Amino acid sequence: MTEAAKKLPRIEINAKFCKGCSICVDFCPTNVLEIRGTIVAVKDLEACTRCQLCDLRCPDFAIQVFD
Amino acid sequence: MSTDAKPAKKQKLSVPFDYSKYLRKDKLPHIWCPGCGHGIILKALLRAVDKVGLEKDDICMVSGIGCSSRTPGYVDFNTLHTLHGRAPSFATGIKLTNPELNVIVTTGDGDALAIGGNHFIHTCRRNIDMTILVYSNAIYGMTGGQFSPTTPIGSFTHTSSYGAMEPPFDTCEMAKAAGATFVARATSYHVQDLEKTLKAAIEHKGTSVVEILDECPVYFGRLNKMRSASQMMEKIEKEGTVSVKQAENLSPEEIGGRLLRGILHHDTETAEYCDQYAALTERAQGK
Repeated sequence: MTEAAKKLPRIEINAKFCKGCSICVDFCPTNVLEIRGTIVAVKDLEACTRCQLCDLRCPDFAIQVFD
Repeated sequence: MSTDAKPAKKQKLSVPFDYSKYLRKDKLPHIWCPGCGHGIILKALLRAVDKVGLEKDDICMVSGIGCSSRTPGYVDFNTLHTLHGRAPSFATGIKLTNPELNVIVTTGDGDALAIGGNHFIHTCRRNIDMTILVYSNAIYGMTGGQFSPTTPIGSFTHTSSYGAMEPPFDTCEMAKAAGATFVARATSYHVQDLEKTLKAAIEHKGTSVVEILDECPVYFGRLNKMRSASQMMEKIEKEGTVSVKQAENLSPEEIGGRLLRGILHHDTETAEYCDQYAALTERAQGK
């Protein structure tokens, strides 16, 4: 698969729900996320493998990964 | 042989689970502190309920008092918020009068084991069909961080400034000894295992007790040199537990002080309370 054809996932963050606990940031296997200010933000979308561990471990219904 | 001949590894399609169909959206965001594991357990429970294929009206969720007992407030099932520690007793009444309902009790370690200790063990003794989830964060979070019956020896809390000196309960051993027919331990770190365990617990006919280790970063972590929720999950849940499968190949010395994780006891032989009660009613009516 060429770089150009590689489809990037879409990470949706609900800024109203995120409490900035940083569980998703600390346990992301490929370091996609970071804490920016008080809530989570996407740092490196290309590294995302769609494993959904951030969604599964988020206690606040604040992050979801769409294909 | 060139690597091109191998079939390309299929990318797993990422479709996130739609939690909104089970939630009372107007109640969110929830009141739990940043990093609290209760939200992780709630999400795993909703996914497990979806996998079992239950309708919202088929479930009744009962809780007592405490942080964990806020759970029914956020789910769109039949819900009941009751007295401190008495949730299993209310649930017994609900199950006996509506045997077709799937009753789920959400309770904390202090709620189930201290104030509700008797109610908990007698519910286990009857083997009535319900799922009791004990959210075990080793602290009373809602009232300001007092030590609970599962606080490990030496842990610092607001009421044990020199370290807790009482030996903690082993929730799973107690439930098993009291007569629960499905006993399991899970953690909020191992989310996929948690979901599978909850599914098995809901599907089991009889009293299912699942102790879920989770974290209270605000009242437990801060006072015990674990500054974030992630550190607590790493130290208590990941390093502090070992799965039942892994433990088979380990000696007791290698397991050390780690807790076992997984389904610890599963008995499908013992008769369920509602069935016995129905049989008794028929006998008494001379049918």
